[in-house]
Amino acid sequence: MTFMRPTFLALLTLVVCVVSPASFAKPAPELVLQLATGDNDAKVAALYAIAGSADPEALPILEALRDDTLKSLGGKQAIIYDGETAIDAVTGAKLAKVPDELEDVVSNNRVTNALEGALAALDLISPDKALRLAAVKKLQDSANPAILPLLDKALAVETDPQTITLLRLTQAAAQLQHPDKATRLAAIETLGASGEPNAKQLLAALLEKDGANYKEADESVRVAAQQGINSINSHLKLGETLGGLFTGLSLGSILLLAALGLAITYGLMGVINMAHGELIMIGAYAAYAVQNVIRAHAPGLFEYYPLIAIPVAFMVSALVGVLMERLVIRFLYGRPLETLLATWGISLMLIQAVRSLFGAQNVMVENPAWLSGGIQVMGNLILPYNRLAIIAFAVLVVLGMGLILTRTRLGLFVRAVTQNRQMASCVGVATPRVDTVAFALGSGIAGLAGCALSQVGNVGPDLGQGYIIDSFMVVVLGGVGQLAGTVYAALGLGVLNKLLEGFAGAVLAKIAVLVFIIIFIQKRPQGLFAVKGRFVEQ
Amino acid sequence: MQSRRSFIKVSALSAAMALAGLASFGVSAAETIKVGVLHSLSGTMAISETVLKDTVLMAIDEINAKGGVLGKKLEPVVVDPASNWPLFAEKARQLISKDKVAVTFGCWTSVSRKSVLPVYEELNSLLFYPVQYEGEELSKNVFYTGAAPNQQAIPAVEYLMSKDGGGAKRFVLLGTDYVYPRTTNKILRAFLKSKGVADADIMEEYTPFGHSDYQTIIAKIKKFSSEGKKTAVVSTINGDSNVPFYKELGNQGLKATDVPVVAFSVGEEELRGVDTKPLVGHLAAWNYFMSIKNPTNTAFVKQWSDYAKAKGIAGHKDKPLTNDPMEATYIGIKMWAQAVEKAKSTDTDKVIAAMAGQTVKAPGGFVSTMDPKNHHLHKPVFIGEIKADGQFKVVWKTPGPVKAQPWSPFVEGNDKKKDEPEKK
Repeated sequence: MTFMRPTFLALLTLVVCVVSPASFAKPAPELVLQLATGDNDAKVAALYAIAGSADPEALPILEALRDDTLKSLGGKQAIIYDGETAIDAVTGAKLAKVPDELEDVVSNNRVTNALEGALAALDLISPDKALRLAAVKKLQDSANPAILPLLDKALAVETDPQTITLLRLTQAAAQLQHPDKATRLAAIETLGASGEPNAKQLLAALLEKDGANYKEADESVRVAAQQGINSINSHLKLGETLGGLFTGLSLGSILLLAALGLAITYGLMGVINMAHGELIMIGAYAAYAVQNVIRAHAPGLFEYYPLIAIPVAFMVSALVGVLMERLVIRFLYGRPLETLLATWGISLMLIQAVRSLFGAQNVMVENPAWLSGGIQVMGNLILPYNRLAIIAFAVLVVLGMGLILTRTRLGLFVRAVTQNRQMASCVGVATPRVDTVAFALGSGIAGLAGCALSQVGNVGPDLGQGYIIDSFMVVVLGGVGQLAGTVYAALGLGVLNKLLEGFAGAVLAKIAVLVFIIIFIQKRPQGLFAVKGRFVEQ
Repeated sequence: MQSRRSFIKVSALSAAMALAGLASFGVSAAETIKVGVLHSLSGTMAISETVLKDTVLMAIDEINAKGGVLGKKLEPVVVDPASNWPLFAEKARQLISKDKVAVTFGCWTSVSRKSVLPVYEELNSLLFYPVQYEGEELSKNVFYTGAAPNQQAIPAVEYLMSKDGGGAKRFVLLGTDYVYPRTTNKILRAFLKSKGVADADIMEEYTPFGHSDYQTIIAKIKKFSSEGKKTAVVSTINGDSNVPFYKELGNQGLKATDVPVVAFSVGEEELRGVDTKPLVGHLAAWNYFMSIKNPTNTAFVKQWSDYAKAKGIAGHKDKPLTNDPMEATYIGIKMWAQAVEKAKSTDTDKVIAAMAGQTVKAPGGFVSTMDPKNHHLHKPVFIGEIKADGQFKVVWKTPGPVKAQPWSPFVEGNDKKKDEPEKK
């Protein structure tokens, strides 16, 4: 692509130079005063001018504005006051006495945006490649004609292809109001090819009407802008579809984690465990406790606390599960109604116990830095790290559980006992021990789910209540006694829920999913996957 | 046999002791004035309401330290309606009929207020409601110390439409699914229409209470905002859903300079526990911010910090925060105490008459006046941007206090409604 350099640019450079001559040691005094005492329009204009000149001497003043140390004295003088000394921002002279009536210079979003652009402009010619890239990313948001000469300068020396692309985009964004039609058309073409949602907004602005007239007077330019928008739209469509799938997958992975433990305790063992949600909640509180202990005793390890919390949450929930099984549930095998009531009672006791221990309010579980933010895949598709981590974690847990059930002696015993208790007992399997261990395993996995949930949602005593219904839904829909069914049902429900949410909103989607499950279970009571083979009912 | 007899003895004894206890309670009750506190201390709203309970207790301590009201000490009666709306009504009835409280400070969500309203009207007792709400209500038995729509929602949207607010032309109205967000959005829709915003440029979305998965909503907002013209989000999400909402907002990289989110139920307290660095620049509209600088507020913040430390209030003992509903609660209880002194009685009707025109120097920096007629406060409006430390930077404010319009002029038929309670 050839880069056009119209004479107009030279003119603009000249204008900017007049405003802020390079020979000046500091940015022109009137600009500084404008920053401290002017209204927001004046501040933005001054910042654009400073950005255009990219004068490193302006850095202290820009930083003062950013750090809220720039003050106005009676609307006539700009002062930098850092809490101890007051300096006149124009002359650099230290004031003998800190004046009493310093007013804060408030910068709202609009000013902050221009300020960040100005700060970024200073980094644009930096020798550090990463710094330049970061600078042009920031500058993109405050593209305006005043920075065009600066972009020219940067483009002339830039070698990094990624930075050049972004510079060109920024340049195009700043050229949309260019008086020369050919330049405008070229800018529109660059923006249209970018596929960025921001570029679409810029182009759409050209098509807006300002009263009776279009903002862009020339019809052919408007047509080009519309074409640009169409080309971006097709780009965005892909991102949206992928994003929708990802959110469904993410919800599915959460449902899967929540339901997996229940797939063992209810699915395989047949215990209607109403306290399953509370085992999840206990896992989340275990993560919270680990976070607090690590913050207090080993702050250096804080970044890794979720990894330490995983085994702890498993152990704690498994322990509670063992106690439940040994003290209550083992006396109730084969009596589903009593089990239901007893475990429901246990769930209430667990909620109250946690309330007494940790308080009724939600507790604060912080994400470590590596679980905050997200990876930008496309212009409109960002995948958050915490959701990616949970999907990966769910995959690992399913694999681990599958291995335990199919490849270990314990798994063999569990399958034997659940398929035919008497026969297993006859061949010498200690069925009560197997029951306890299997229940502990299911409970421990619920704890893992809690640990994962603490990274995306709120942690409070009622946390489990929100997941118990979903968990049962997943297990029943998948087919009781089937692990594969649970996986498919969780992912299916996740994607279905998110699809419906897209059309109907969160409230209706929830209702629609419940209706769907009711109808499905009516038609197919055994769930997605029926267990084949002969079973001895207990 | 022996054991059964001793059991009877013990129970008779304990019953007698309980009776004696009740009797002594009865005596002390005559010397104190009971004050009901009806805030959720558990459930989805506990994040917002718990601290209001502590604010009432702090104000009661302060008033008692100065000799109480009418020479009597105030005695708080705290109950927990557990974010359960029908339970609010039961607890309110219990406070009024059984505990005989003279006044109640309580409720956050409008649905809880609507639930207790018939109880207060039937038993002719007093409720002070400290949270911004949707208006469309005016009860003789309630004093509304929070903002009406024209004291919060309308100015916030006007700011978003202004040049400084980003010149928004498209709006996402996002809320929790209950009466306050629905009514507020109805009013906002009518207001936006009057400003020439087309229906196609407004998107309305609701989520259930306690909703925790905001992926789809954020994706929708992104899509809506990329369809041209500057977009802004007006959030009336309430309770602990705000934490996952703001977390997702940060993780998805939706910046305030692209799509500003202005919230009506998010203050300093709700942002505790959220990493605010990605949220810098998003907005909230209130009648008070902790960061406001004036001597009254400095004293208020210090009083709260000392109280939180002394009582070991979780969270606040290490990082004390104040917010708008706390200020409104504090103003309310101060005004009530003044009105009781003026009326020389805690009788509901006498106190209502004495409330008209009461003034309190508010931490917000202005003198808050109770309207002589419409049971609402005259309050200033502030718009703040979230800073990296979780505080708000005031970027816009009204020159002075604004009179509340409980009957919004943007709702049809409201022009005929009287600006004072129907029943007297």
